[in-house]
Amino acid sequence: MIAFLIRRLVALGVVLFCVVTITFFLIRISPGGPFDRERKLPPAIEKKLLEKYELDGPLWQQYTGYVSDLIRGDLRDSTKYLNRSVGEILIQTLPVTMALGASAFALAVCGGVVLGVTAAAGKGTWKDTLAMFFALGAVSLPAFIVGPILILVFSLWLGWLPVGGWGSPETLILPTLTLAAPYVAYIARLLRGSMVETLGQDYIRTARAKGLAERVVLYRHALRVAILPVVSFLGPLAAHLLTGSIVVETIFHIPGAGGFFVNSILNRDGFLLGGVVIVYCALLVLFNLAVDVLYTLLDRRIRLDG
Amino acid sequence: MGDGRAWRRFRKNRVAVLSSLVVATIAVVTLTGPFFLPPSYAQPSALSFAPPSLAHPFGTDLNGRDVLHRVLTGGQISLLVGLCGALVSLFIGTAYGLVAGYAGGRLDAAMMRIVDVLYSVPRLIFILICINAFNAKLQGFASEMGWDWLVSSSRIAILIFSLGVIEWLTLARIVRGQTLELKSRAFVTAAVGLGQSHFAILTRHLLPNLTGVILIYLTLTIPAVIIDESFLSFLGLGVQAPMASWGSLLADGAGSLNPIKIRWWLVVFPAVAMAVTLLALNFLGDALRDTLDPKNSAK
Repeated sequence: MIAFLIRRLVALGVVLFCVVTITFFLIRISPGGPFDRERKLPPAIEKKLLEKYELDGPLWQQYTGYVSDLIRGDLRDSTKYLNRSVGEILIQTLPVTMALGASAFALAVCGGVVLGVTAAAGKGTWKDTLAMFFALGAVSLPAFIVGPILILVFSLWLGWLPVGGWGSPETLILPTLTLAAPYVAYIARLLRGSMVETLGQDYIRTARAKGLAERVVLYRHALRVAILPVVSFLGPLAAHLLTGSIVVETIFHIPGAGGFFVNSILNRDGFLLGGVVIVYCALLVLFNLAVDVLYTLLDRRIRLDG
Repeated sequence: MGDGRAWRRFRKNRVAVLSSLVVATIAVVTLTGPFFLPPSYAQPSALSFAPPSLAHPFGTDLNGRDVLHRVLTGGQISLLVGLCGALVSLFIGTAYGLVAGYAGGRLDAAMMRIVDVLYSVPRLIFILICINAFNAKLQGFASEMGWDWLVSSSRIAILIFSLGVIEWLTLARIVRGQTLELKSRAFVTAAVGLGQSHFAILTRHLLPNLTGVILIYLTLTIPAVIIDESFLSFLGLGVQAPMASWGSLLADGAGSLNPIKIRWWLVVFPAVAMAVTLLALNFLGDALRDTLDPKNSAK
């Protein structure tokens, strides 16, 4: 187990190094510099700016300088938002993105489990048909369709919830719904499949024969085994939620890291982009690691050798 | 899997027939519709933000362009990108899965490990960066070569290609699984015994047996690529104005939503057009899976 963790953490380092390298060179080979403005800066000033951000000199020197700064934990300064360091921007915006992601994650898992179990328990009945019909619909519709429609209905026509923004709990409701909806549906479909299979097994018949309440049979006995495919989807789910939150933050005007991410690409703000990408990838890799560990706790037959 | 039997089962499946009719109708309407509208509808006019009326059934936008015309032409772009992107991913996924499954052993393990890793990387984020990095390069290259058609649509070409490049993982996994299973069948052993080359076995014996699965995932990948394209266009990084796709129309609509003047038609019509297309394609893919999947037909 310890050896497994160490190996995976070394792999994390390798992944981050690759990601940083790819991002750095992609943003450098793309046309336009970080200081291109509507009106061109005088060459002398541009030269001074490039010097200040250590973007002069040959490309490989810029790259090694950047990497050695990163190893020392310095994410450097943003070239667009003057006098703000990338670390500072991330500390302000990440909690917002994480809060949105965490609530969507919770909703996706809880909603998906309840829907999936209900559908599997009532296989072939109207409950099953309705749940799976809803699920196929929600899986097919992306956030930028659901989001504006929710705003139109709940904020503008009914006036129940705010249009967007951030701060009070009400502002979290529509973005969370928008972000989580497809994954509630996806988890429900995944779980229904494995649950139907599990419910046909002998130990479930034994549990029923003992006279256990149906709810206990479903949620305590069957779900424990049937949940495994859902657990292995949690890693990709986190990746989807991080990507998806970029759009949701844009629709609902939420001051999270997603907006900065998009702007950093448009502004050729390489250091800010690098910082966001590093944090996103690190989060994902660590999350996948946690999922793998959780997997062994749920199913003792699996051992961590890989 | 006899073709006649599969076709009969497909025709019996009402959801499949209905959704394929819907998809066909949408394709025909988006392709021919703009010809039936007055040519002036494509141009900006003084009639800004007019609500739906008889002359403009879907209303007009900020620049006074007819929203119906915009939704139809936007649909052409969305469908084109979806279809071509899915074909690119189909090609990569099938080739990758075939090779991994047929080679087996260490190469297979290594190739599938790569797929696992790619699954948990936020791929769209890299597409965002790639498109920005390569677009001007391709434009420069195209104008140097004198390919004028490519200069104006270089962004779409890059979109199609890069979306195809990221959407192949699921198909690769499935093709690999099927190949592993088929590989051990007698007809493959016979082909090996007859001394056929690996390439001939892959293309002549294994590939034809995979067409059902590939067809299913083609119908499921098209909506996925349409969603990806709209995601990028929604953020303003995909299709560029004055060209439109459903994603960029939705972005315009969402941007003009405000409590004082509710211009619902700018959101509702592109959203409905896109939702119906995506739903029909997904229902079709699901129904095809029920009728064509060899796993189901065994039962």
